[in-house]
Amino acid sequence: MKGVRHYPGFLAMAVACLVILYAPLIVVTIYSFNGSTSITSWGGFSWRWYADVFTGPEAPRFKAAAWNSITIAVIAATSATAIAVAASLAMIRGGRFKGKSATFALINLPLMVPEIVIAVATLIFFSAIGLTTGYLTILIAHITFCIPFAYLPIAARLQGIEDAYEQAARDLYATRWQAFRLILMPLMMPGIISGFLLAFIISLDDFIITNFVKGAGMETLPTAIFGSVKQGIKPNIMAISTMMLAVSILFVTLSYYVNRIGQRTRS
Amino acid sequence: MAGITPTPQGNGSGYRGIVGPLLIPTWAVIGIFLVLPVLLMAVYSFLTKEFRGGVVWDFTLAAYDQFFLNRGLFGDEPPVIEWTYITIFSRSIWQAAVATLICLIVGFPTAWFIATRPPQTRAIWLFLVTIPYWVNLLIRTVSLKFLIRENGPLNESLMSIGLITDPLPLVNTNLAVQLGLFYSYLPFMVLPIYAAVERYNFALSEAAADLYASRWVTLREIVLPVVKPGIIAGCILVFVPSLGAFLAPDLLGGAKTFMIGSLIDEQFRGSQGNWPFGAAAAMILMTLVLIVLTIYARAQARGEAK
Repeated sequence: MKGVRHYPGFLAMAVACLVILYAPLIVVTIYSFNGSTSITSWGGFSWRWYADVFTGPEAPRFKAAAWNSITIAVIAATSATAIAVAASLAMIRGGRFKGKSATFALINLPLMVPEIVIAVATLIFFSAIGLTTGYLTILIAHITFCIPFAYLPIAARLQGIEDAYEQAARDLYATRWQAFRLILMPLMMPGIISGFLLAFIISLDDFIITNFVKGAGMETLPTAIFGSVKQGIKPNIMAISTMMLAVSILFVTLSYYVNRIGQRTRS
Repeated sequence: MAGITPTPQGNGSGYRGIVGPLLIPTWAVIGIFLVLPVLLMAVYSFLTKEFRGGVVWDFTLAAYDQFFLNRGLFGDEPPVIEWTYITIFSRSIWQAAVATLICLIVGFPTAWFIATRPPQTRAIWLFLVTIPYWVNLLIRTVSLKFLIRENGPLNESLMSIGLITDPLPLVNTNLAVQLGLFYSYLPFMVLPIYAAVERYNFALSEAAADLYASRWVTLREIVLPVVKPGIIAGCILVFVPSLGAFLAPDLLGGAKTFMIGSLIDEQFRGSQGNWPFGAAAAMILMTLVLIVLTIYARAQARGEAK
């Protein structure tokens, strides 16, 4: 008797789910170490495509794209996180106020509107106000759609922190700013870090919106990869993909541990 | 908070006085760079197309007319319904629906399986299912294309074990696009269902078993109604992004699998573009999504009222 939790075939389905999710990524990782120039035949283990990414003919393009991607992700995630912290204080510690549910809807709006619609609308807006598309327009668009991703973990964390700690600080004549900086913000830190990491990855990940508002000659990693892939999947693209894969896994692991530590400090 | 207080919800109002200043950045950024652009897009869909992309400020219904009606080559014939774009939209809805269904078929058992593991293993499974969500979607789609292409590893290994004699022509088919959408959004299906099953009270299943209900009857009659909100949430989270998806149809599909995302994208490329028409197509897509979300919100409100 295996109990009511057991259903025959569900284990197989769960394993199938993991195989489907990981098979393409594992295959590409393996082939990124392929010494052969052909993507179909195996020519022994080699680092040559990784060297090619950094020193090959396309290296300057990828370096510039990587620099744009990373700086945009850092600035966008930092701004979105700051905006989200302020918003979460108002939404969760601000009591009832007029327009609260409208504000909640506004924060979540970037998640509701399809990406391609945001892309079109943003392009039209920048064109209408006469702002030339480029680094700045990508940055503005990224800050906007990163806000809900930063907000969700921060608000969830703040919801779980009793306000007795701040009350105590205020009773002891701390100003509201001191109480926030010395008491509440350290308690919120796991949520803030999670929110930042999530926003960072979402910014790094974005293709559709960036592709619309980037303008000519400006590339981020996804748009540069997309441009290359249009002419066929080359081994150097697999090497870049594997490196980006490693970065993503590093980030998700970091965020996982931050959350674990957060849970431990709360209990 | 264990052991301190039974109500850990911090719902104080210590920031009551400064709600306005705290929210100004949010209102300003999302208001100016998202709400305003969407309103402007609505206006643009009623403008006249300029020759090389861009618009002329003359109000017209031309974009919507072009979408729904065919007035012949010179625009002087009596209008009949134009099927080109309606077909693209219905195909997108169909592709997104099939992808959602496959996600549900794979995602539900997976979510159930994860939620019934002991806490330690459960965390590992959840972690494994979440990782792909964090991996760049473009990279995942390219990887999938590499795997399933005509002389790719999948076909080679199937041929070497003798399961097939000729490579399966997977790329550029509807199936490839559905597979791509399914692969892109599968974690969105698993996570909400997992959350619902985790809260499910298994005593209900035990009671059903005591009354001689079989496993599958219990699943259909007891479990599914209880975890339905999670299933619906998962379906919405997969269906909505699938509908406007660009990467999977663009990279894995061909001309026959053209979807809304590519149609809209095309209208903003170079001098062949048509901005008002693209804006109109985006408006129609957004309306479809809003209808789906409204039905969902209504259903949820009804569920809570019960």
